Amino acid sequence: MVAELTKNERQGALVILLALAITGLAMAAGGRGDPFGVHGALVLVTAIVGIFAVISGYYAPEPSPDRLDSYYDTPTKFGIIAAMVWAVIGMAVGDWVAWLLAYPEWTFDAAWASFGRLRPVHTSGVIFGFGGNALIATSFYVMQRTSRARLPDQLTPWFVLFGYNLFCVIAATGYLMGVTQSKEYAEPEWYADIWLVIVWVVYFVLYLRTLNRRKEPHIYVSNWYYLAFILVVAMLHIVNNLAVPISWGSAKSYSLFSGVQDAMTEWWYGHNAVAFFLTSGFLGMMYYYMPKRAGRPIYSYRMSIISFWGITFFYMWAGSHHLHYTALPQWVQSLGMTFSVMLLVPSWVSAGNALMTLNGAWHKVRDDAVLRFMMVAAVFYGLSTFEGSFMAIRPVNALSHYTDWTVGHVHAGALGWVAMITFGAIYASVPWLWKRNGMYSAKLVEAHFWLALAGTIIYVFAMWNSGIIQGLMWRTYNESGTLAYSFVDSLVAMHPYYIARAVGGVFFLLGAIIGFYNIWMTIRTASQDEAAQNTADRPVAEPAVGVPALQPGE
Amino acid sequence: MTITHDLLVWFSKSFGLFYLIGLSLIVLVYTYWPANQKPFEHAAQAILDDDDKPYRG
Repeated sequence: MVAELTKNERQGALVILLALAITGLAMAAGGRGDPFGVHGALVLVTAIVGIFAVISGYYAPEPSPDRLDSYYDTPTKFGIIAAMVWAVIGMAVGDWVAWLLAYPEWTFDAAWASFGRLRPVHTSGVIFGFGGNALIATSFYVMQRTSRARLPDQLTPWFVLFGYNLFCVIAATGYLMGVTQSKEYAEPEWYADIWLVIVWVVYFVLYLRTLNRRKEPHIYVSNWYYLAFILVVAMLHIVNNLAVPISWGSAKSYSLFSGVQDAMTEWWYGHNAVAFFLTSGFLGMMYYYMPKRAGRPIYSYRMSIISFWGITFFYMWAGSHHLHYTALPQWVQSLGMTFSVMLLVPSWVSAGNALMTLNGAWHKVRDDAVLRFMMVAAVFYGLSTFEGSFMAIRPVNALSHYTDWTVGHVHAGALGWVAMITFGAIYASVPWLWKRNGMYSAKLVEAHFWLALAGTIIYVFAMWNSGIIQGLMWRTYNESGTLAYSFVDSLVAMHPYYIARAVGGVFFLLGAIIGFYNIWMTIRTASQDEAAQNTADRPVAEPAVGVPALQPGE
Repeated sequence: MTITHDLLVWFSKSFGLFYLIGLSLIVLVYTYWPANQKPFEHAAQAILDDDDKPYRG
């Protein structure tokens, strides 16, 4: 890795790591007795390990100028492995908290093992760890190919990837120590947030620098989606995390917003995180990997542009549907509801565009589990965007809000759409990146596909049932006009669904573990004999006319 | 000048409405502009080429 850096870049890396080490030391000294100090020590140790790594490769010969004849893919390879590691961690913790909901006594009386601390490890682990690394890795891959230009240098992509993963580790370890600013999907405290801003701006500039070197006159639509993801996430992250720390040596901070303004800012952030982190970026992924894998161009390039602008401008206004029937002014709620319903148009245009791209390649979808991952992703994208628009309607929300229906909806999107398209893209790019004929085992890809699909369906159906039962129980009145069921009654009714949900999670997690093993073995196994594979794949020859085919047992 | 609820509603119903309509028109004109069809088609096809090397001119 260090051998791929030029002399100047190695020096640059040392300067950055030294600055990081000094920052870590200052944090550790200033934050004694506070989790802030623990994170300072973590930053210091990370920087020192990095310094040793750079020094040990410092005198390696410089990379040859021939490197400029190929794309720079080592960061993508690292990002894909990091994404799979986070997938296994994040999904395992997710299933753990699913069991905790069914059996709340399983916390070992330890603070770190309480639901409130483990749950953000799951959400950040899968969204930022798995999803984020996959987005960064594939965006490096896609931006270079679609621009026909190599990354402008070798140091910046590593800064983005390592910096981003350092943020993820600080976030996850912080939650376990009780560090949180209590904003859903934006839990990390001020110092982690500042670090992410630096990393993110460097990522944005790196993307623009690569596009600036492009040899294609037109910027391919995937890049629009990736860029919207990077730009808008920066905007959301900065505004929602405006806060004042109580001191320079403490992890605790107070938000600049209060009351309903805070709630509105948080859900403007929260829903646009769904829009631009979990949708826009992954649509960029889909618009590259699906046509590439199917061997067919996008069904309608124009529709991909129209839906891009539709998604970008409508989503911005949809966040307030998270705050129906709250202190938020009625007209802001109506605004969010209206834009959420309008969003169905560009969302279904995207889903339809994806499925029409596959029209004519259905035999490939049948035979190729990788393409099937992408097809199922497009179907779930269509389903969950319809469901989302529907749930944003105020009277529907009266039934669904605060129930497990919301959880089911989120997971239809996260498991069915985001994870499926990511696994498809990863399975497609691993053989391309490591120059293999195919994945180590096509059967294991099949196994992963069916486990993931079964897990998603079990999960989503369990939560739909449980959510609607919950919603109905909470609004059933008896003859005297008081509630017929207590909250605990509804909890007891949820128990079997919570077990079903956790079992669905086990299926999904098993699939991810199998996927990780398969990817690992593909990397470790040298290219297999292509000829041997081809004969194995060929259908049995048709018997000649007139000769009766042998029947079993003859 | 104080920003009142009525003022905000007036602003969103006038400027807000027209700027969204204006944006949609710009996007539609750009997308269907005849001269743009060739680059779009080229871009959609170009990603399928198996050219795994950056262009160096």
